[in-house]
Amino acid sequence: MSDHNYTPKSKFGKWFNDRLPLLSLANHLTDYPTPKNLNYWWTFGGILTFCLITQIVTGLILAMHYIAHADLAFESVEHIMRNVNYGWLIRYVHANGASMFFLAVYIHIFRSLYYGSYKSPREIIWILGMIIYILMMAAAFMGYVLPWGQMSFWGATVITNLFSAIPLVGESIVTWLWGGYSVDNPTLTRFFSLHYLIPFLILGLVVLHIWALHVPGNNNPIGIDLKKPSNDTVPFHPYIVVKDLFALLLFLIVFAFFVFYSPNILGHADNYIEANPLVTPAHIVPEWYLLPFYAILRSVPDKLLGVVAMFAAIFVLVILPWLDTSKVRSAIFRPLYKQFYWFLVADVLILGYVGAMPAEGLYLLVARIATAYYFLHFLVILPVLGLKEKTLEVPLSLTEPVLGGSPNEVMARSKKEIS
Amino acid sequence: MSEEKKTNRRDFIFTASYALGAVGVGAAVWPLVDQMNPDASVKALASTEVDISGVEVGQSITVLWRGKPVFIRRRTSEEIAKAKDVKIDDLPHPETDEDRAKNPEWLVMLGVCTHLGCVPLGDKGEYGGWFCPCHGSHYDTSGRIRKGPAPTNMEVPKYEFVDSNTIKIG
Repeated sequence: MSDHNYTPKSKFGKWFNDRLPLLSLANHLTDYPTPKNLNYWWTFGGILTFCLITQIVTGLILAMHYIAHADLAFESVEHIMRNVNYGWLIRYVHANGASMFFLAVYIHIFRSLYYGSYKSPREIIWILGMIIYILMMAAAFMGYVLPWGQMSFWGATVITNLFSAIPLVGESIVTWLWGGYSVDNPTLTRFFSLHYLIPFLILGLVVLHIWALHVPGNNNPIGIDLKKPSNDTVPFHPYIVVKDLFALLLFLIVFAFFVFYSPNILGHADNYIEANPLVTPAHIVPEWYLLPFYAILRSVPDKLLGVVAMFAAIFVLVILPWLDTSKVRSAIFRPLYKQFYWFLVADVLILGYVGAMPAEGLYLLVARIATAYYFLHFLVILPVLGLKEKTLEVPLSLTEPVLGGSPNEVMARSKKEIS
Repeated sequence: MSEEKKTNRRDFIFTASYALGAVGVGAAVWPLVDQMNPDASVKALASTEVDISGVEVGQSITVLWRGKPVFIRRRTSEEIAKAKDVKIDDLPHPETDEDRAKNPEWLVMLGVCTHLGCVPLGDKGEYGGWFCPCHGSHYDTSGRIRKGPAPTNMEVPKYEFVDSNTIKIG
């Protein structure tokens, strides 16, 4: 890496850099050698950074107008929508921004699953990412409580009650979380405090996530280790910066569509009714990005085991680098894994769908099968597949299949056809 | 090197320092944790008196106690008979109706589903009692869980009849 021998050109720059090497850091970031075969699935890291900053900026502004009190919160949100200059825009960006954040993070995670980005030597990057994901879910859940509508209140009641499943101390923990004997004003004020804190924790973890990424460098669609810098890499700036910005523009079109044309389609109408502790809405549904986990929770007929299964569904992701035993990273060279990968995608989408439906009859049956398959994928298929699967031959470098001497028959053959 | 592994004065001082430090940190952290528990003003609302003179047979009222709904139902004789008829072995959480309703005509219980805290709907479900719309728990006319994910019967709070028209909950 070039930052070791970097010296600023100006005299002041050199003086400053000797005392605080910010310019060396900037130089490292611009010159950072990046695999030249990165496709558009790799642009979501930048998109996610944009999402985080958007949520922090809009959230900061909303906090100037929002009042965290059980009697005033609902009205203060309406006040933001009707009276505050551009309040409607800022709130809709913040509310839909959460959904866009999760959309991007799910693509980012499934990119990692397809190309094996979580494997050695990138386990720590993956685990940091999973902690960020868990914190995102906590932040999103608490943020959804703040408008103090019916879904806010009952969502908070149901989710905090998950902890009452813990044997012996469960009830005390729930009372402690609530600061009372039900979800009420003390719950709202602490959720507001934590909702404000978590994005900054995420920001810190994102710095660690990127730091850990810059040690081995990016994985790439072929999934092989690259010599850096070399013919196989390009500098981060301008090549990746421009590509990331273009992808961000496309992403913003989707974002703007939701904000301006259907700002409430991802929310629930019941949240425009003020919280009422005496009436539970007929269908309590979490936000769409939590539905697969909600389906897993409901598919188990026992309270404690249901909660355990839901948390286990997240935990198997954390330990994924040790569940997948295959030495080959990218699914491109794993013909069987590639199929199971798409089964998993379908499985998670099915779980999301049945999570939004009432837990009865056929929906419940489908949810149970999909839940079983989810765990089967991570706990049985992945460990066994890594040992049994016959993988395709992996090229030695990105340029090798093109410039000849390829040990990869498929690629060598296609080259012959071209020439 | 004959004195390796031997515990000396310095090891003792280290251990004692760590232990004292841990106690100090624990003592300093406890207020930060305990502040989240119910405060004095929340605890002060621990009991409430309800006038039940207007409740006819077969009617229910719902009152708020500690932020939670409490169902007070004046049960019909069929409901009482149905609740008493159940074999105790058929219950996931065995409790007799006599234990749950001191005065069989009046059933007083927290209207909170023991699964994840939703408010069940009255006169619904397969057992003629309550049905929780959130995750499908069925309760009988005594508020006992019969079917679904809820682990226990709906909780009967501490209450007493102050006079024939007033119940004090809490």
